[in-house]
Amino acid sequence: MAKISSALFDIGYIDTLSRQNSLIHGIDTRVKVLTTLVFLITIVSFKTHEISSLFPFFIYPVFLIILADLPFSYFVRKIIIVSPFAVLIGILNPFIDQTIVLYIGKIGISGGLISFFNILLRFILTVLSALILVATSGFNNICIALEKLYVPKMLVIQLLFIYRYLFVLIKEASQMSKGRKLRTFNGKGMGIKVYASLIGHLLLRALNRAQRIHMAMLSRGFDGEIRTASNMKFDKKSFLFFILWSIVFLIMRIYNLPQIVGYFVVIILK
Amino acid sequence: MHMADALISPSVGCSMLAVTGAVILYSSKKIKEEFDDSRIPLMGVLGAFVFAAQMINFTIPLTGSSGHIGGGILLAILIGPYSAFLTITSILTIQALLFADGGILALGCNIFNLGFLPCFVSYPFVYKNIVKEGSSKTKIFTGATIASVLGLQLGALGVVLETVFSEISILPFDKFLILMLPIHLAIGIVEGLVTATIVTFILNAKPDINAYSYAPSVKKNIFAIFIVAALFTAGFFSWFASSLPDGLEWSISNVTVKEEISSKEEKIYSSLSNLQEKTSFFPDYNFKNDKEQGNIGTSVAGLIGVSITFITIALISLILKKLKDG
Amino acid sequence: MSHHIIEVNDLHYTYPDGTSALSGISFRITHGESVAIVGANAAGKSTLLLHLNGFITPNIGKIRIGDFSLTKKTLPMIRRTLGMVFQDPDDQLFMPTIYDDVAFGPINLGLSKEDVHNKVLDALSSVGILHLKDRPPYRLSGGERRAAAIATVIAMSPDILVMDEPTSNLDPKSRRNLIELLKTFKHTKIIATHDLDMAVDLCERVIVMHNGKIVADGSIMEIFQNDSILFSSHLEKPLRMQGCPKCQNSFIEK
Ligand SMILES: Nc1ncnc2c1ncn2[C@@H]1O[C@H](COP(=O)(O)OP(=O)(O)O)[C@@H](O)[C@H]1O
Ligand SMILES: [Mg+2]
Repeated sequence: MAKISSALFDIGYIDTLSRQNSLIHGIDTRVKVLTTLVFLITIVSFKTHEISSLFPFFIYPVFLIILADLPFSYFVRKIIIVSPFAVLIGILNPFIDQTIVLYIGKIGISGGLISFFNILLRFILTVLSALILVATSGFNNICIALEKLYVPKMLVIQLLFIYRYLFVLIKEASQMSKGRKLRTFNGKGMGIKVYASLIGHLLLRALNRAQRIHMAMLSRGFDGEIRTASNMKFDKKSFLFFILWSIVFLIMRIYNLPQIVGYFVVIILK
Repeated sequence: MHMADALISPSVGCSMLAVTGAVILYSSKKIKEEFDDSRIPLMGVLGAFVFAAQMINFTIPLTGSSGHIGGGILLAILIGPYSAFLTITSILTIQALLFADGGILALGCNIFNLGFLPCFVSYPFVYKNIVKEGSSKTKIFTGATIASVLGLQLGALGVVLETVFSEISILPFDKFLILMLPIHLAIGIVEGLVTATIVTFILNAKPDINAYSYAPSVKKNIFAIFIVAALFTAGFFSWFASSLPDGLEWSISNVTVKEEISSKEEKIYSSLSNLQEKTSFFPDYNFKNDKEQGNIGTSVAGLIGVSITFITIALISLILKKLKDG
Repeated sequence: MSHHIIEVNDLHYTYPDGTSALSGISFRITHGESVAIVGANAAGKSTLLLHLNGFITPNIGKIRIGDFSLTKKTLPMIRRTLGMVFQDPDDQLFMPTIYDDVAFGPINLGLSKEDVHNKVLDALSSVGILHLKDRPPYRLSGGERRAAAIATVIAMSPDILVMDEPTSNLDPKSRRNLIELLKTFKHTKIIATHDLDMAVDLCERVIVMHNGKIVADGSIMEIFQNDSILFSSHLEKPLRMQGCPKCQNSFIEK
């Protein structure tokens, strides 16, 4: 239940964020999708023992969050919520690989610990970039952008439909499970039988609704093809956004900037 | 058990994306051929249904913990494997985008584990072998349960293989497998029973439900084709990935601070521990001999560099804020 | 050309699961008429409306809409003539934004981009929600959603508007707004409802259904005065026609 209402709230919240006006919101969604992909591939291409070289990449999410007027706290909360699986897998690394590979002062750092930090950093960066993409573009725009980027139309239409009826069905589900809650006493979730009949009813309603929607579509001349009136225009600003960031990512991927800077500092100090 | 971007390598991520992409294309073509246009809202609403259903939990007996349905097998039984696959694909995409539940690059892996395996392996090879035209309710129940259990086991195996091939987690294959399979067997049995109960419920309430799934039976060799294609693309991507960065690093090491990359490569993983014991980091770090220097230099430089990076990013964000507000 | 725009003759329908929903429905509606179809739940109102648009094929009986009798061939034509507003606006608003939703029909008609745009703006302003055009449907109130659903139908320029329970789930103010809006439409109207007060506001004629049969058909004022008809079909007289002294007193006290 808490899960349902928080999910609804979350989706609504991202939707609100994506409706703001900002420099970043104004950039062509296709460009943001592609830039995110370049960012992601760059991040995952790092080897597992690299830590320092990942830090400069924070400039990208920070830059977007500030220019797009997005709330930092939201992203922190989201990252914590989705982290369990990645952290669970990563946290085993320090136990498996305990060879000490470097010392900071007297403290030995094991290879496993380093790769664990590496996973954490990757995780935060990749999740951030995905969340920012949606918060600055909006889900529907991303779908339209995907279609323009040659994702099969059948899939894009499914994405739009599911997103549209998510709200309706989650509401229906929450009403039904509320009704259930009122009639059960331990308040702890529910047994399989009860659960299955609740989901079964939800499913029945969904099937009937699909039929009615089809009727509504037919009565407005639906012939199997869904055509939208949307249009997207490539502008210079968007193009520049993509090129500049790609160059920045490439530079940060090739050169370990913190290491280089640190090196010079050490040399100077010496 | 959604795979995150953080756990996969580019070769695994990209090859899985490429191959699942091909299955998506093929499935859309099949759906267009076999069904009328009522399929579009049907798949959409059922996708939203699975999404909503996953938010309601049931209690797993004896444990007190809770679970939810995966939906792959349920959908395959209701609307046939191609439509089910496309619907699950859409659900996973939305989860990745809206909730960052499973990454964007990892989408191919997740579609494979939670969509392809149940729809194109578990459903045709298990469910369809047990349940035939006119099978009894008991048979349908058994078929749905076993297919779900197997689907989840395969999915867990998929997670293990993808993780191990990616080499990000250093968990060895056998240990990881022993960790994952039993947990998912327990979850799978409950999920299987729940799925089977829902299937029997809906068959009772809507006996004409078969109308939705008069899908062509899956060509059984699709699985073999998939695996071959996946291995082939994976091979290509990893060749590509392994040839590219190395080349880059080589050329860079020639133009930037010498030893930069090579020192890290060699020395982090070699026997340095004894040499570093006496050296302490800030404030009185010292560089006593040449052998130490490169590598203490590296770690110290790294820490200093990271701090400076932090400060720089903080400064840039302050300036940006000023510029934007002012 | 017949001057009856809708002609229904001896309609019978039983659902595949064996539920008999309609048994012998006949009526005629002339151009420009506003007709309320009232009846308790499960009387068969929705089933009847679904026949008019060809979503259900009758077991027995004939339907004529305008110049055509309803067959597979005339179906597309008939669906253009007869615009159907469904009971749940969520079923009718399936596109990402209200604009896209209203544009869906006109685009399918093959209109040019500019014509589509004009149609959409006209339809949205005629129901008073032009300012909501870029919103997604889930960001609208119940009343706004209903208005949007009506706009999607208006944009197809139908001759006949068919509505299933248009005032269900609306708060009093949205209900009032809707009634005022519907008054401005000059279309032939068929409204299935058990909101008898709205029926009185909008229609001169009423068809009363019970258990799949028509039990009365005629002037709304006369039939709603007839307590035995209302009682036997499980309906209650509209509040304003009850003229009960007790209620009037309680009104005054407040
Ligand atoms: N899809 C359906 N399948 C089986 N029976 C149905 C279906 N829809 C409606 N019915 C039955 O048909 C009868 C008439 O229903 P309906 O036309 O919806 O009435 P109303 O709209 O007046 O409330 C009811 O008994 C109802 O249960
Ligand atoms: Mg009804």
